[in-house]
Amino acid sequence: MGCDYTRTALHGYLDGELDATRAAEFERHLEGCRECANTLGAEESLRSSMQRSGLYEHAPISLRKKIRAGLDAATAPAIASRIPVWRWFVVAAAILIVSSVSWFAWNRTQNSASSSPFTAAELIDAHVRSLQPGHLTDVASTDQHTVKPWFDGKLAFVPPVKDFADEGFPLVGGRLDVLGGQNVAALVYSRRKHIINVFVLPTKEPDTPIHQPGLRQGYQWRHWRRQGMEYCAVSDVSDSDLYELAQLIYQ
Amino acid sequence: MSGSDQGRGSDLLDVQDRARFEQLVLPHLDAAFNLARWLLRSRADSEDVAQEAMLRAYRFFRGFHGGDARAWLLQIVRNTCYTWLEKNRPVELMTEFDEELHPQPSASPEALAIASDNRDRLNRALETLPPRFREVLVLRELEGCSYKEIAAITSIPIGTVMSALARARQRLQRALTLSPAQEASRGL
Repeated sequence: MGCDYTRTALHGYLDGELDATRAAEFERHLEGCRECANTLGAEESLRSSMQRSGLYEHAPISLRKKIRAGLDAATAPAIASRIPVWRWFVVAAAILIVSSVSWFAWNRTQNSASSSPFTAAELIDAHVRSLQPGHLTDVASTDQHTVKPWFDGKLAFVPPVKDFADEGFPLVGGRLDVLGGQNVAALVYSRRKHIINVFVLPTKEPDTPIHQPGLRQGYQWRHWRRQGMEYCAVSDVSDSDLYELAQLIYQ
Repeated sequence: MSGSDQGRGSDLLDVQDRARFEQLVLPHLDAAFNLARWLLRSRADSEDVAQEAMLRAYRFFRGFHGGDARAWLLQIVRNTCYTWLEKNRPVELMTEFDEELHPQPSASPEALAIASDNRDRLNRALETLPPRFREVLVLRELEGCSYKEIAAITSIPIGTVMSALARARQRLQRALTLSPAQEASRGL
């Protein structure tokens, strides 16, 4: 009760914010201090409850829409007031080019997606569903040697499972999911408390590089095939984070 | 972050600003909403305030010169929330952050595990904390912010983030292990 560490360094230690010297000093103190040992245990259990209990509240889709409308309103008049009328023809031509290019690109995406056994909508649905309380993992473990065998006998294939905690993508666990009417393995990683689902299923198609990112309803995904497996990583993290994880798995 | 009219006139935002904003700031909308929701304790009000904060961020976007976009946005969200609270629920802000707490024995890990296993109870306990305790916990435990980020967002000196968290955690433990009757008698 009188221990000063309990009210100070213990928290820096718990949060990984002490430098090496102070962390070592605290660990030495911890060996002899029951109060700190008790408090640390209590704080750790409280932290894991907070993180498991689904207290994080995601922004509703309606809000995303309202914000986009607000951004439109704050951007469009700026263009209108600065561009002389004749330039609208240039703008119109540009829009036409951009839209035909994106139509073309969209068609290509659709084609490559149709060769994958699920659609973007199914993918986002599966991701959003997994974020509902209690749906994220069937096996919750940061240990790849626990998660991988768990899939044994539950699926007709064994997904490659690796933890990337050292690279900033700790493994959270795994679960069985259904995508496009097919049973798939879902590996769950976290990135600064954001969740990344990596869906894995077998394929007979040849390997591909990591495809360009897809974006829908504020969620991004990256898709690729490698060594007889089809992968799709989806999340609300930034694309650079998502790409980093995709590369780690791809190696 | 001065008047709300900053960004008018020659500073109009163009499509390039918009694209950069969509890439750097908009991905943190969940973080913005989550912080607002925990500061205001209401989803409906948080939608309004998060929207307002996001549009303010957009107006100030020319003033953002790289760095941690999430912390930059959350700082604006927090300010918008406090302005809203001052206007709509000033009583909530009257609790003192530096209230002297008598050191209390920690609850046993087992008792705490049982109490915190109930999501509603955890939710309620967190909501009973004063906003300045609540926000450091939400930023640390739900948002995963570093001490440096928490200091930037909440404008408290980095040296005091650790003790702020220590006090907030102690308050949360106490709120969690109070019996429902005790909770009621505290007039919550």
